[in-house]
Amino acid sequence: MSLAELGQILLYLAVLILCAKPLGSYMAAVYEGATPRAVRWLQPVERLLYRLAGIRSDEEMNWKRYALAMLYFHLVGFVFLYGLQRVQAHLPLNPTDMPAVSPDSSFNTSVSFVTNTNWQGYGGETTMSYFTQMAGLTVQNFVSAAGGMAILVALIRGFVRRQTTAIGNYWVDLTRSTLYILLPLSVILALVLVSQGVVQTLKPYAKATLLQPTSYEQPKVDATGNPIKDANCQSVTEKLTLNEQTIAVGPAASQIAIKQLGTNGGGFFNANSSHPFENPTPLSNFLQMLSILLIPADLCYTFGVMIKDTRQGWALLAAMYIVLLAGLALCLYSEYHRQSKLVDVGVPIAGQVDGNMEGKEVRFGTANSALWAVTTTAASNGSVNSMHDSYMPLGGLVPMVMMQLGEVIFGGVGSGLYGMLVFVLVTVFIAGLMVGRTPEYLGKKIEAFEMKMSSIAVLAPCICVLVGTAIAVMTVQVNASMSNPLPHGFSQVLYAFSSASNNNGSAFGGFGGNNVTMNLLLGLVMLMGRFWVKIPVLALAGSLAAKKYVPVSAGTLPTHTPLFVGLVISIVLIVGALTFVPALALGPIAEHVGLFAAAR
Amino acid sequence: MLKQLRISIVMFLTLTVLMGIAYPLVITGIAQVVFPSAANGSLIVRDGKTSGSELIGQLFDDPRYFWGRPSATTPYPYNAASSTGSNLAVSNPAQIDAVAQRVKKLHEADSTNTAPVPIDLVTASGSGLDPHISVAAAKYQVPRVAKLRNMTVESVSKLVDDATEKRQLGILGEPRVNVLLLNLSLEEVAQVKR
Repeated sequence: MSLAELGQILLYLAVLILCAKPLGSYMAAVYEGATPRAVRWLQPVERLLYRLAGIRSDEEMNWKRYALAMLYFHLVGFVFLYGLQRVQAHLPLNPTDMPAVSPDSSFNTSVSFVTNTNWQGYGGETTMSYFTQMAGLTVQNFVSAAGGMAILVALIRGFVRRQTTAIGNYWVDLTRSTLYILLPLSVILALVLVSQGVVQTLKPYAKATLLQPTSYEQPKVDATGNPIKDANCQSVTEKLTLNEQTIAVGPAASQIAIKQLGTNGGGFFNANSSHPFENPTPLSNFLQMLSILLIPADLCYTFGVMIKDTRQGWALLAAMYIVLLAGLALCLYSEYHRQSKLVDVGVPIAGQVDGNMEGKEVRFGTANSALWAVTTTAASNGSVNSMHDSYMPLGGLVPMVMMQLGEVIFGGVGSGLYGMLVFVLVTVFIAGLMVGRTPEYLGKKIEAFEMKMSSIAVLAPCICVLVGTAIAVMTVQVNASMSNPLPHGFSQVLYAFSSASNNNGSAFGGFGGNNVTMNLLLGLVMLMGRFWVKIPVLALAGSLAAKKYVPVSAGTLPTHTPLFVGLVISIVLIVGALTFVPALALGPIAEHVGLFAAAR
Repeated sequence: MLKQLRISIVMFLTLTVLMGIAYPLVITGIAQVVFPSAANGSLIVRDGKTSGSELIGQLFDDPRYFWGRPSATTPYPYNAASSTGSNLAVSNPAQIDAVAQRVKKLHEADSTNTAPVPIDLVTASGSGLDPHISVAAAKYQVPRVAKLRNMTVESVSKLVDDATEKRQLGILGEPRVNVLLLNLSLEEVAQVKR
């Protein structure tokens, strides 16, 4: 790794921290009802929304009503998105005449976008019409993210408020997150991305004359689409020459901006942010990477402002940073240490572009690819600028572990921090047990009910990953879904279920997930991974809000100290390690050992 | 309860109009006016003919041209309507075979070149459409292209230098060479000669 590459990484980490305070305070103002001056011109739109829907914005909800509103809203979104994909052939803005998406794929994609997972069993430019991308997918990019932020704000109110059942109004939290935070940032980012070369057009796919015609061989098929075999049962191929390149375009920039800011990650094109039209330059890459962690990181500061103790927010941000850096170090190390088998076939371990370049783009190089891989999985974003499937075994293990930790190292917008706060409650509880005191956090006693809800929220995604993987590997379809030999094939399945259950959405891309079995299984774990966490967290918010305030005493464990940061990290890592090390040993660890033992 | 469902439906539909229709259309409008070329795919139009996009690679396997990254798109390489990487695991024997084949092909195209092969010339890109190669990968091919085109190594090197993009803002990304633009400039030189 060169000095220039290290410099880029440090610059990224520094800019990310510098944004925390300004944007964190801005978001706190939005949630505390003080609309910042810059977006006040949008207030009539907010009022119009409430009037049309018949919402009384001053009316607060208890946690059950809040949860119900959330569930209804996502149900409506799911039905709409499913329907849209099924009838897209008859709708406008479909210049490439995309047919209806299959029922199982539509189900999977709808669940995936509603739960902020954005797992993609389909290829964007070969499946979705412009209209589906805009009115279907882009909308969910906004509202699934805003939905996560709303739950977080409700939980924070639970800590702040005393002896009340009200935790806020879901519709107000949803609207204000969308209108005042996600929309303005997306507009800015989208326009900067277009200036770099991200496409934003409603024109049909472009045609270009190739400088050198492409000649290629393709298996011949008969009228029914079956490959023709010769007498020796070999496929018959035909030689074809192509003089023209069809270049997929579309309204991409507007969707990519919110895909990154809302930790969604679903690409406009199949190759996601490695596609030159989705991520054309190093600057667009830097800004997209920044957007991935921007809101999750800055919400820590927002949290600090809202509980009137910013030290607590910084402590959580510090814990996230430390785990991120550790993962990044391992990922970078592996990607720069290629296997020596390549030397045998004539590729030296040297050269200007260094590292494992399979599945990576030259304009980003190894450093920016590994940095992206770690950030996109630390956050529950899941967009990729390189193909994780082709990473070195330990390089691919890092993204997998980042997801398996429950998407709490930054995590999704809102969902990352509420997940982290759940881990904090577990930590306070365990620390309380060790010293024999009643555990408390931010002046609230942590009792049996809180621990029950926290346990559900921590364990639900873990169960989904392991049970989902176990069921998947017992199905017949799994053989067709694994595109690489074992043990990497198993890693592909484990990665898929880690990604879906924790609502990340990235994949070991060779994994063939677009069949009925996998579409349904992955759809189910996405739903459970999202709502089995969201609902217990809302229950937590309700129960905390109803509690009295307990003043700080000599026996209170301070929760902003390096000691506590260390404790939280340990709990997150121990839960993750105890749950997943056996499964990881069968996949990436076995592959690593095999690869490097064979090289000796 | 039903009231919440009604609110959900109205809220969802209004947000769809705002975020799904108004927002993308406004961005499209601004983009088409302010950045018309970038918004439509940075197409290279010469004499009324579109010869590609600055951002999308094309397949070059004729030794007279500079070659780009291997592409794993189907059914043919550099299919810009269906982007994908190879997604081969590094432990997959097919991956080692593929790299060995590519090294062999490079050596067949220029048997006099015994320099180490730059890794990006023999590994498939993530999108299958990578328009760039590293500066090392371009320099590696200069002797071959110069010989086959009866040009001096210096003049070809100069074209490579012209097509080299530096780190953006002095720090971001990697230095790189745009293969299509470089090959177009080779063709221009050839036309002037004729």
